[in-house]
Amino acid sequence: MNDKRPILSVENLTKVFGGVVAVDNVSFAVDEGEIFAVIGPNGAGKSTLFNMITGVLPSSSGNVYFQEKRLTRKKPYQIAQLGITRTFQNLEVFDNMTVIENVMTGAHITMKTNILTAGLRLPNVKKEEIRIMERSMEALEAVGISHLAYELADRLPYGSQRLLEIARAAISNPKLILLDEPMAGLNSEESRQLVEVILKMREQGMTFLFVEHDMETVMSISDRIVVIDNGVKIGEGTPEEIYQNPQVVAAYLGDEEEEGVEAYA
Amino acid sequence: MNSKSLNKIYNNSLLGPMIFFAVLLCIPLVTSSNYVFSILTMVGFYALVCIGLTTLTGYAGQISLGHAAFYGIGAYSSAVLTGTYGLNPWLAIIIGAVISAIVALIVGIPTFKLKGYYLALATLGFGIIVFTLFKELSSITGGSNGFFGIPSISLFGFEFITDISYFYLIWIVVFLAILFMRNIIHSRIGRGLRSIEGSEIAADAVGVNLMSYKLQMFVLSAIFASVAGSFLAHYVSFINPDLFVANTSIFFLIMVIIGGKGNIWGSIVGAAIYVLLDELLKHYVPLLLPNVGGEFEIVFFGILLVLMLIYMPNGLVPQFEKIVSKFKRKPSANSTLQSISANATGGDNK
Repeated sequence: MNDKRPILSVENLTKVFGGVVAVDNVSFAVDEGEIFAVIGPNGAGKSTLFNMITGVLPSSSGNVYFQEKRLTRKKPYQIAQLGITRTFQNLEVFDNMTVIENVMTGAHITMKTNILTAGLRLPNVKKEEIRIMERSMEALEAVGISHLAYELADRLPYGSQRLLEIARAAISNPKLILLDEPMAGLNSEESRQLVEVILKMREQGMTFLFVEHDMETVMSISDRIVVIDNGVKIGEGTPEEIYQNPQVVAAYLGDEEEEGVEAYA
Repeated sequence: MNSKSLNKIYNNSLLGPMIFFAVLLCIPLVTSSNYVFSILTMVGFYALVCIGLTTLTGYAGQISLGHAAFYGIGAYSSAVLTGTYGLNPWLAIIIGAVISAIVALIVGIPTFKLKGYYLALATLGFGIIVFTLFKELSSITGGSNGFFGIPSISLFGFEFITDISYFYLIWIVVFLAILFMRNIIHSRIGRGLRSIEGSEIAADAVGVNLMSYKLQMFVLSAIFASVAGSFLAHYVSFINPDLFVANTSIFFLIMVIIGGKGNIWGSIVGAAIYVLLDELLKHYVPLLLPNVGGEFEIVFFGILLVLMLIYMPNGLVPQFEKIVSKFKRKPSANSTLQSISANATGGDNK
């Protein structure tokens, strides 16, 4: 089973809002164990693409397959149950819970407790709770915020909330984690910490698909990159290939993100 | 790590509930007034309804304006099955609960497919339909005249007839219901429900099936209301449709708001305050204003609801807890802060 079957394939995905084509016939495939990035200028359709993959928005046409299973028209919670979790650009921690409860909620789909066994608090419910709590603590240790476990998630600084979202996304052992602009709003120290966490998790076999603006990160950690502009895919390849693709440089790197490219070069 | 560390997140201690109920069950040592017990028994029935309703409102974020209907379905199921068909009362309670659960599913499934507060509308209409059925199916329910002669309930040969015996019975049921609900809230299910309030989009993304959770809570709250109704029927031995009008549903909601939505203990406080105020109104309003009709209750509680929502939207119990914790924390605030920051630096050094 070591042939390179894509874990996620996006086929001719299109989204039309009224008369505007936000995403136009985009296709790509993510292999298992890859860190795959989607980049593009603001308004290029990255978020729309992301929302279609996670089931938040229905696509106008085209399909998404995850391990041969069609995701199109599935609800977000069903997609999560198949093994795709995500983080959010504008942080969506459960602000009414403690940090550890946030992570425990991430393990929701791996647990068996139902309303009846929970109410009666059968012995295996308690066992499961303890097991999940231990695993959640380990997940918090992995991202380096276990000392904040009993704080209200709301009180965490921005960077820690992002790490919390990653721990929450990873706790259910998904096969693919989608990161929506993970570097947005982080200072350079926090970004470095986050990159470290992502690389470490990839070593353990996790696949990442992320949408990002921060060129430095994209170039330094991605295996492959897809570039979209005005909803159309204009390039695909390794960071080196993207850097040398004249169309990409003209559309995106050339005028807007020179610093990023220079930093990479 | 063991269950002790679990207690860092959830207070699963039995001490609080035990003390509360020990005190409550000692009341017969102080008084033997049947009036007191009948009042406290009514508080118990209402509290049982509110434990379900407060969780539905506070955790699943859904408003039901039809819980009097489930209360009534329980009461009439018990009345008809035991009074007309001579069934065992306990079996009748279970059948009533099953009927309520099925009805809740039928109302809930189409409603929860819609986003927003459609449950309030759907249950309001549903409550009126059920009330009409109680009234019009007079060959079964006795219609507007009511249903007479509901037998008393018995357990292991002991027959519950007196006010004090029902007082014990209902409060033991309330005790069990509180533990049951608290266990749910302190579990995967409770986190699933709270995650919906924390961030609906993130709850969806971690695989919480929002619709199913809202539906399950609705069904559970319907069962609680139904069981309360069943006990009520056996206690009063005579019921009529007027006990289950739409106003009753609204009063249940007012009790929930008074105690604090999502607060299980608040449901007891809310029920107690409602019953107490209601009794006081019944005594004093006719003395002060002899010409006033029966409508003053709804006016009074309507104004109370508005005032609560403006000045104390979280209800009495959370407000009280806030005050208590302010007094408690003052001396130890510094040391807690220090230990947190010590932990924080310890973590960074790793």
